[in-house]
Amino acid sequence: MFDFKVVTSWIDDLLRVQAGIPEFWTLAIEFVLVGVAILAAYAVLALVLIYVERKVCAFFQCRIGPNRVGKWGWLQTVADMIKILLKEIIHINKSDKFLFLVAPFFVIMGSILAFAAIPFGKGLHAIDFNIGIFYLLAVSSLGIIGILLAGWSSNNKYTLIGAMRSGAQLVSYELSAALALLTVVALSGSMQLSVIVEKQATVWNVFHGFAAIPACIAFVIYLIAGHAETNRGPFDLPEAESELTAGYHTEYSGITFGFYYLAEYMNMFIVAAIATTVFLGGWMPLHIPGWEAFNHVMDYIPSVVWFFGKAAMCVFFALWVRWTFPRLRIDQLLKFEWKILMPISLVNLLLMAFCIILF
Amino acid sequence: MEITASQIIFYILSAIIVGCSIMSVVSRKILRAATYLLFVLIATAGFYVLLNYHFLAAIQISVYVGGILVLFVFSIFLTSQVGEKMPQVKLSRRIAGLIVSLGGAALTLFVLLTQNYPYAAKVSESEIDMYAIGQSLMGTERFQYLLPFEAISVLLLACIITGILVARKK
Repeated sequence: MFDFKVVTSWIDDLLRVQAGIPEFWTLAIEFVLVGVAILAAYAVLALVLIYVERKVCAFFQCRIGPNRVGKWGWLQTVADMIKILLKEIIHINKSDKFLFLVAPFFVIMGSILAFAAIPFGKGLHAIDFNIGIFYLLAVSSLGIIGILLAGWSSNNKYTLIGAMRSGAQLVSYELSAALALLTVVALSGSMQLSVIVEKQATVWNVFHGFAAIPACIAFVIYLIAGHAETNRGPFDLPEAESELTAGYHTEYSGITFGFYYLAEYMNMFIVAAIATTVFLGGWMPLHIPGWEAFNHVMDYIPSVVWFFGKAAMCVFFALWVRWTFPRLRIDQLLKFEWKILMPISLVNLLLMAFCIILF
Repeated sequence: MEITASQIIFYILSAIIVGCSIMSVVSRKILRAATYLLFVLIATAGFYVLLNYHFLAAIQISVYVGGILVLFVFSIFLTSQVGEKMPQVKLSRRIAGLIVSLGGAALTLFVLLTQNYPYAAKVSESEIDMYAIGQSLMGTERFQYLLPFEAISVLLLACIITGILVARKK
């Protein structure tokens, strides 16, 4: 299987040895390169996801979807991006301008920081923290504060209601998501993402003998909680368009709205990517113990294809859920989290501990 | 004197912390004060990253930014007239506050500069392993912290139960 370390160490060698650039400047150049690569990947993936969402949503509703710009409308989102970049940022009268402008940056920073730490393929991992999963949980909580500030500083009652709902929802569902991930941390014995992926080389966590039962439960819980954290329906009541126009980002326009839009789609991808990494083996190919020939054939498929294939499946699942179920009420939403999802994930963690000790 | 990259980052972070701390006290809009405090807390997490102590940085972000500051903002939304400016504080009180804070800063500086640090040389250069942190949090040996950990969890449980009692007076 192709190791992307070959490419990165070649670039490092080119700068350090061939060009003879001193340590400090080599690092600086590499930081900039990694940053640009991550931002570019972030933007391109978001455009692809928006196109996919519109197309899939259209098929679910027996429509055709975007079909005018380019073949099958595939240039539609590029055109939308150009339009959103050219639009004016409208300032709201009698609102706190500083907080109004600062809020979208919190949302997009939280999302980019989480995106940067995901292992996309063999050797294609920008930063591999020892605390991996904990880091992902920590930076994704930056978005909450951005949403709360946005809702208040827009000086509009709909945005404020949306922000309050969103805050309550994100803070509650974070617990279940964290507990579900903790189940797998207990199984792998590490929080480091690369180690978690390596441990799944022979068998993915969701097929892991007896531990597969709690792992599968945790997988389902993580998908539900993660879906709720992205504010997408049936949990989309922070931006319920029929009651709150657009929730906390009603008053935003131009690129500040674009940030919320990008962050929403990318958070969906990040949830799918974390679920893939933690439960479905990350970029590891599908291996069945004993089937040597089959395993060997699977190894020929590049790691990036495995990763994005699994993540795409999770994303499709999220879209499917979004366009199938009706929206929940706020009391149903909170009751579902605190009275059903949380107890199940706590018991599930215990079950996983038993599985690890006994088997 | 040679200035290294980490020193430059240190000075930038310190400038952010000092500036935003002052702004957060001086600002008369309560939500803005909370936002400046948020910048201070994030920059403090930056210090921990600079020290290669990623665990504490993640704790700082998830507890302070994701927990406590969200709670602050929520309680500000629910209690006060957020949009209005706070009334000007009386001049005598401002002077008293200034004197107290200068005195506190002087005392802290005096202690920091006169103290010698026997463990300063032992700060590890590499990242501290998450496994080691977990072991020392959950162990019962010497320099392991299971008892304080459990004591704090009992305290937090008591807080939760009290919170429920206060909220459901009926």
